[in-house]
Parts: sequence; structure tokens; C-alpha cells
Amino acid sequence: MLELIKQPWPWYTSGMAIAAIMITLLLFGKTFGFSSNLRTICTIMGAGKTVEFFDFDWRTKRWNLLFLSGSLLGGFLASSLLKNDEPLQLSTATIQDLKGLGIIFDGKLNPAQIFGWESGTSFKNAILLLAGGILIGFGTRYAGGCTSGHAISGLSNLQIPSLVAVIGFFIGGLLMTHLLLPLIF
Amino acid sequence: MKGLRYILTGLVFGVIMVKSEAVSWYRIQEMFRFQSFHMYGIIGTAVFLGIVAVFFIKKLGLKDTEGQPITIPNKEQGWRRYLIGGSIFGLGWALTGACPGPMFVNIGYGYWSMIIVVTGALLGTYLYGVFQKKLPH
Repeated sequence: MLELIKQPWPWYTSGMAIAAIMITLLLFGKTFGFSSNLRTICTIMGAGKTVEFFDFDWRTKRWNLLFLSGSLLGGFLASSLLKNDEPLQLSTATIQDLKGLGIIFDGKLNPAQIFGWESGTSFKNAILLLAGGILIGFGTRYAGGCTSGHAISGLSNLQIPSLVAVIGFFIGGLLMTHLLLPLIF
Repeated sequence: MKGLRYILTGLVFGVIMVKSEAVSWYRIQEMFRFQSFHMYGIIGTAVFLGIVAVFFIKKLGLKDTEGQPITIPNKEQGWRRYLIGGSIFGLGWALTGACPGPMFVNIGYGYWSMIIVVTGALLGTYLYGVFQKKLPH
């Protein structure tokens, strides 16, 4: 059983498991949506004193912060007890494309060239990661949700706004991947 | 300890995100280059099953664990905020390879530099709050 969990899961198992998470939260009376935690954390840090958007009782979102803490533990569990040492099975076309950008595929989850910590993240990488984070935080709140809130919860509830948001995710993603990344790397 | 169930659900979510490799920068690149079915298969399966589940939850009028009828709030109408906000998020998603869930899962996994992404995401969220009323929605 443990060996089975340790291996990378096929897409259908993963998809079923994500649907199960969404359904579980619905049965608990909650809606699956991760990015609203970012707003809650801003509120806890005191942003509500000056900006109205953050002036709400964060305790009503306590459950989602607990979910967030759990996801950190889940990540840790997957890197320790459930760790898989096989290299990631990335398509050869992607490996080639990334090589063209000067990013060498190392078989891990994320490229050490961008996320490497041991050698100290370079200044350029730190700026890129910070800028990417700002785009994610600003964009998800502007759109009122991220992959979980729109692509999973919203589409499951047949929400047209969520479909528009997902189209937006791809407009931005394709623009970054095909036009901007070659300029950045 | 009523909160424990949320921690446990989150823990399972974190494991799923790693085992599905949805936390992988490489997989997100592969997705935006249309070079593998992997990510589309994951999201497609989840949405298909989600649609079926939500249909039956509504049809059968199921109640949650508190005994309240399960209601799923509809999204506000409009398209500007979804298209513009969504596109801005997409830029960051393809750059960092992380959406809000996976950036925390990655920290748990040991990718400490994701803390920089989370810091940026908090800053971006704050900026949205500041400029909210000036933006087209």
C-alpha cells in the first residue's frame, strides 16, 4: 500500500483525489478555494486597519488556515515518509524547449537553477520569484479565485465567470511561457 | 478538536499535490506548451467528477455535517475582473510554476525559496485590496 502511494499517481487517480477533497469540504459546509487564505493572512497581519477590503472577522476563515497548515504537513510527508526517488517523467519535447531557454531538466519537481537554496538563490531569481508571487496574489484576488476556487469549485458548479477566469489563466500562462520566458531567461 | 478534520483534509491535499506532480514547475511548463496530457487529465477528471457530485448534491438536497443544506455560492456576474485578474494570475503561475495551494505545499516539501513567492503573493493581495475600488470589475 505504502509503495503504491509513494509512486507518482496517474492523472485519473490524481483527478479523482482532488474531486474528493472538494466534495469533502462541501460536506463540511465549506467551499474549496485556497487563495482566499492570502487575504485572511493580510487581515491577521493588520491590513484591515487601513484597507477596508481586509476589514473582516478572520475567525470565520479559520478552517481554511487549518487546511493550509495541513497542506504544509502534506508536503513534508510527501518529501519524507512518502518520498519517491524516481526522476519526474517529463516529456522530451518540454526538456528540449527548456534546454533552449538554458534551463537544464534535473528530474526533480522544480529546477534547482531557479529554486535552488543550497547555493543561495541568486538576486535575479529572488526578484523573479517575488514578482511572480505579486502577480499571483494580485491576479487571484482580482479574479476572486485561483485554480481551486475557479477551475475546480467554480467549473464543477457550472459557473460562467469561472470559465472566463480559467481562460484568463491560460492567456496569462501562454503569454508568459511563449513570449516572456524567452526574454527573461 | 473540530479543526482537526481540516488539517487532515489539507494534509491529504498536500500529498495529492505532490503525487500528482501538480506542484512541479516542469509540469506547469509542459502544460502551457501542450506537450503532455498529464495536467489536463488531472483537471479534466476533477472537474468532470465535481460536476457530477455537485449535480447530485443539489438534486438530492444533501446536508453538511452540521445538518445545514449544502449551498454553493454563485460567482458574481461580469467578465472584466475574471479575464483581467485571471490573466495576471496566469502570468505568475507560468513564471513560478505555483498556484496558491502548491506554493505552500512546496514549502512543506522543502523548497524554501517558495517563501519568496508567498511573500510576493501576500504583497500582491494587499495591493489588490488597496486599489480594488479603482479597478474595473
